[in-house]
Amino acid sequence: MKILVAMSGGVDSSAAALILREQGHEVVGVTMRLWGGESDTGCCSVSDVDDARRVAQQVGVDHLVFNFSDDFNEHVVEPYVASHVNGTTPNPCIECNRHLKFDRLIERGRTLGFDAVATGHHARIEMFNGQPRLARGEDAQKDQSYVVHMLAGADLNYVLFPVGNMEKSQVREEATRAGLRTASKPDSQDVCFIGSTIGRAGFLEPRLTFNSADVVDASGTKVGEVPAVELVTLGQRRGLGLGGGDKRYVVAVDVPLRRVTVGDEAQLFVNETPVGKLVWPHEGDEEFVLSQDVLVQGSAHGERSSARLTKTADGYSLVWARPTRRIAPGQTVVFYDSTDMFVLGGGIVTA
Amino acid sequence: MEPFGDVMYANPSGSHKFAREARRAIDEARDVVAAAIGCRPGEVVFTSGGTEGANSAVLGAVRRSGGRAVCTATEHHAVLHCVEHVDGVVVPVTAEGPVNPDVLREQLANTSNVSVVSVMAVNNETGAINNLELVSHAVRGRAEGAILHTDAVQAACWIDLRTVWPHVDVLTLSAHKFGGPKGMGVMVVREGVHLEPLILGGGQERDRRSGTHNVAGIVGTATALRITDETREHEVARVRSLRNRLLSELTHNIDCAVATLPDGEGSAGTAHVCLEGLESESLLYLLDSAGVCVSAASACASGAMEPSHVLAAMGVPKARINGSLRFSFGHTTTDDDISSAIDATVAAAQRLTAVKS
Repeated sequence: MKILVAMSGGVDSSAAALILREQGHEVVGVTMRLWGGESDTGCCSVSDVDDARRVAQQVGVDHLVFNFSDDFNEHVVEPYVASHVNGTTPNPCIECNRHLKFDRLIERGRTLGFDAVATGHHARIEMFNGQPRLARGEDAQKDQSYVVHMLAGADLNYVLFPVGNMEKSQVREEATRAGLRTASKPDSQDVCFIGSTIGRAGFLEPRLTFNSADVVDASGTKVGEVPAVELVTLGQRRGLGLGGGDKRYVVAVDVPLRRVTVGDEAQLFVNETPVGKLVWPHEGDEEFVLSQDVLVQGSAHGERSSARLTKTADGYSLVWARPTRRIAPGQTVVFYDSTDMFVLGGGIVTA
Repeated sequence: MEPFGDVMYANPSGSHKFAREARRAIDEARDVVAAAIGCRPGEVVFTSGGTEGANSAVLGAVRRSGGRAVCTATEHHAVLHCVEHVDGVVVPVTAEGPVNPDVLREQLANTSNVSVVSVMAVNNETGAINNLELVSHAVRGRAEGAILHTDAVQAACWIDLRTVWPHVDVLTLSAHKFGGPKGMGVMVVREGVHLEPLILGGGQERDRRSGTHNVAGIVGTATALRITDETREHEVARVRSLRNRLLSELTHNIDCAVATLPDGEGSAGTAHVCLEGLESESLLYLLDSAGVCVSAASACASGAMEPSHVLAAMGVPKARINGSLRFSFGHTTTDDDISSAIDATVAAAQRLTAVKS
């Protein structure tokens, strides 16, 4: 097959290119240039492109760079900034996968005559009831099915995850065996367009206006103050100017009213979570999920909780089997089958 | 250049027999270069390339005498970034590519204490040609003390440099653009014009550019420029007809193809078209797969194609800029190459148009 491999300059996508090449495929590596601004970490820096190019040379495949920075800014960075103004908690990595790694790169791959697009994600695509279906990666610690959950329909036949059935340690061993310079490179952790030296606040500061806010308790009494309500997240405990005393958590953030409400941990637990922007891998999945309890994951490496998706007057809601810690609006929920293996769909928390 | 890269490794600044032989090779090369440009041998400075030349001219002038740097909006980044670095003035260009000398004149009249004006001879992306005679009138009339520099990197193959040099004070070249080695360049500095040197050290090149001479590079540069100069007239005629055929067939056979420069304008060595609505990156990949090596705009440090600042300055709409293609011609380009390029480009455009619809 003729395969386009997205190479970020990390060890996983390096190994993906290596494995496909050793399997005898015709491989072309591509690094997506996503972020034009300054960042010293993550998948956007020139040193990572250098690493990807050198690995491609070592593996013996051509290497291209595609400039998708306009789409990245429109679909990832701008919404990321806007969500802080709206008081929601975004997941830029998921939006990047949705709009760049899959939408744009798959389109490019098809246009240029590639038979498949591969990435270094730890996830698998397995046949299940006659359909390709996304499944958790072999390495439970590194599983990334949550962040690629939006893959659907024909794309599931087009995308390959060559390291999805490997443990991370095996991935590093393969890269070491081939002498790839990325073999011992640390995993990327943070939002790639935010440099570790400036941090989230430093990144947002020139892009929006921070507003200070009162921190109040359930009765409305002011108990503290924060310099930037835009940076406060549901469930947060520190940095609220509360001093000592009982553990108190942010239970509500109202950006327009500039008010942060704190309460005890019990107030963070809910019976129901409204969701929207649902995505379904295959036709019929919505009906299937509506018909029975599913396991719901609400963060990249979070716990799974059992819930039933139900239709409401104005959308959908997850009704939890038992009270569950609130997931911040803007965060993604992914639905897994009862064996906690296959992705059945996903959506975004709306309130 | 071969013996100087291998056997003759003496430092030309030494005082022994082998040093003298290396020195002689440089002196001869300087004569050859001067003859091809129509300048004095003493005005020729060997550099590491076009970028060093541009930096030396712009930064060297400002560091020497202060004042403002001025350039056109379509300059190569080697000039543009220097001018921006010293908070200089960037003059707009016309939709056809060249700067309007009257606009330049007006800008200079409104800018005090201009120390250097940089206007390229031939644009590296579009092939648009600036009339340096008219440009020099504008500069002499409005900014008397200013040094006029021209980046002639893209001109060497296609324009007799003897017709350019009389109008400017500093002219810079890059050797690999005329068949010489990469990492070599020439900066011609008119007698009496003073630039602060960028590189200090042993005082080579009459204190204008220190560092041990790259003897092999210098000899190769001179030889390549001599051959370029001797064959230019014939080559320009030959290549111009190839270029015109390419442009005419591309614009006739591809609905969305638009020539960037007006018919008949521009250097013989460059054909620039925009395939409106298509993506350069995809076109480049398909052409590369078909064995046709072309480019779009310029690449950034990551290797990604950047949207062209040249086309933006000319006011070309974004949907065209994104589909830009630059075909470069040289002495090895044949009629068959042009046929292959036409076929491959038409096929690539058809494929991408079909996918879109």
